[in-house]
Amino acid sequence: MSAYLLRRLIVAAWVAVTVSILAFALLRMSGNLAEQLAGEDARPEQIAEVARQYGLDQPLYIQYLRWAGSALQGDLGQSLFTNEPVTQLISERAGVTIQLALMSTAFALILAIPLGVLAAVRANSWLDRLALGVAVFGQAIPNFWFGLLLILLFGVTLQWLPFVGSDSIWHFILPTATLGLTVMPSFMRITRSGMLDVLGSDYIRTARAMGLSRFSVLFKHALRNAILPVVSLVAVTLGFLLGGSVIVESVFALNGLGLLAFQSIVRADFPVVQSIIVMVSFAYIGLTFLSDIINAWLDPRIRLA
Amino acid sequence: MTILGRSEPLNAPETAEPLWPSPWASMRRRARRHIGLIVGSGWLFAMILVAVFAPLIAPYDPYDQDLGRRMIDPIWLENGSWAHPFGTDALGRDYLSRMIYGARISLTIGFGASFISGVIGVTLGILGGYFRGRVDSVVMYLVNVKLSLPGVLLALALVAMLGSSILVLTCILGFLFWERYAVVTRSVTQQLRSADFVMAARACGASHLRILVREILPNIANHIVVVATLEMAIAILVEAALSFLGLGTQPPTPSWGLMVSEGRNFMFFKPYLISIPGAAIFLLVMAINLLGDGVRDITAPESRN
Repeated sequence: MSAYLLRRLIVAAWVAVTVSILAFALLRMSGNLAEQLAGEDARPEQIAEVARQYGLDQPLYIQYLRWAGSALQGDLGQSLFTNEPVTQLISERAGVTIQLALMSTAFALILAIPLGVLAAVRANSWLDRLALGVAVFGQAIPNFWFGLLLILLFGVTLQWLPFVGSDSIWHFILPTATLGLTVMPSFMRITRSGMLDVLGSDYIRTARAMGLSRFSVLFKHALRNAILPVVSLVAVTLGFLLGGSVIVESVFALNGLGLLAFQSIVRADFPVVQSIIVMVSFAYIGLTFLSDIINAWLDPRIRLA
Repeated sequence: MTILGRSEPLNAPETAEPLWPSPWASMRRRARRHIGLIVGSGWLFAMILVAVFAPLIAPYDPYDQDLGRRMIDPIWLENGSWAHPFGTDALGRDYLSRMIYGARISLTIGFGASFISGVIGVTLGILGGYFRGRVDSVVMYLVNVKLSLPGVLLALALVAMLGSSILVLTCILGFLFWERYAVVTRSVTQQLRSADFVMAARACGASHLRILVREILPNIANHIVVVATLEMAIAILVEAALSFLGLGTQPPTPSWGLMVSEGRNFMFFKPYLISIPGAAIFLLVMAINLLGDGVRDITAPESRN
């Protein structure tokens, strides 16, 4: 187990370093930061002075090491736009995005697991086709459009739910449904195919032959093994949602990380964009690492392979 | 779904075919019975025709503004008229003509991005799957790095930096979404690398390049086509989302995502302004997904689950 852990940890660390270099380089190469800092009609000497002051005249790798060094100490720099520390900006907004990601994942799982199990048990029935239809629908619908349609129906016509801002739990219902629908299809497909595999196996036949109830066979014995790939997918999805909620946050004016990233991109606020990209990537790396550990713990074949 | 093409009695009217039909013949027969494939490819083909012949079909110039004829209702509402079957937008431009020209943008970006990411992903995947060892580690490392970067956020940042012409958009999306090609190609190549026909080719002294291009590539082509449809659908959705956020295709270009965004301000009184372009994106993406599922079903029916 510890050899497996170590191997995974080294890979994760390498990926993390690469991601941080990429995010740094990408945004540093995008334009002359010193010119932007110095303002519209600064003279060349002033630009050079600003460059020296911020260390922008140094080679890129030294700039990177400095940035990474202070980032490790919790200093991600300041926003070029509001002059607030980036860590503060991010921590203020992260809560909304995390809440949205967790709620959407939960919503998707609550829909997808029963639907996937039923579709597998009744493979090729009308129920299976209905489940497949829902999956095809969810995969094809543009989520910004679906969000607007939900606003029109539940917010305006029926007036059941609020749709602007993040003041109460009610404000999260429409965004959760919107994001949840886009991640639900993959959960459902993977549950269904996992269940199909497991249901054909010997131990399930034995369990049935021994006269266990249908419910106990399905949910206590079959689902436990079929759920393994779902665990990994949940981790991947949570990571994806942290960076992928940009669109939904902007449709529903939710003041989360996605909206902050979007606003910062529009204002060319590099330190903020850079930090968000790196933090979302690190969250993803951490979550997938965690899911690998959980899977190795649940299934000894993985860690011994 | 019934087991396609297998339940057919041998003395059916098609006995003109040999008793053991060639793979192509049985594939054709499965295709003819696959409703999803027929509907999906039919709709995609129709949209391609619309895009190619846009100047001939469109009743008006999509850029022509007529402020005296703003927001005329489409034909299915009371005040609609055949002069503008889909109505007009807030600047008095004919909505049907804009929809017709919009098909060009979605399809160009969809095909282009899917092609670019295909070249990158298939090359990496086939090399990793075939050579294994160190090459494979490098490929998997690249895939891991790509997976941990937030795709949509990065696309937004890159578009903001590099501009949003259709060519640039296509390239950015092509360079950002290749990992699925790599993962799928890698795993099917791994299964094939020790197949008899590959061994035979190697025994005959074929070079690695020849084996990859002439033996392996044709045999994994069906998997590549399936991923290509998925990636095309994703590229179309992401382009629509970027344009919706205002960082993709720029006005006055008629892009479906941009049209949803422009209609958003008026959606409470004129919901058709968002429902028409949104539905077009939805239908196109659904058609492409149905086509992809269909190709998978008829070329490798055993891998359906």
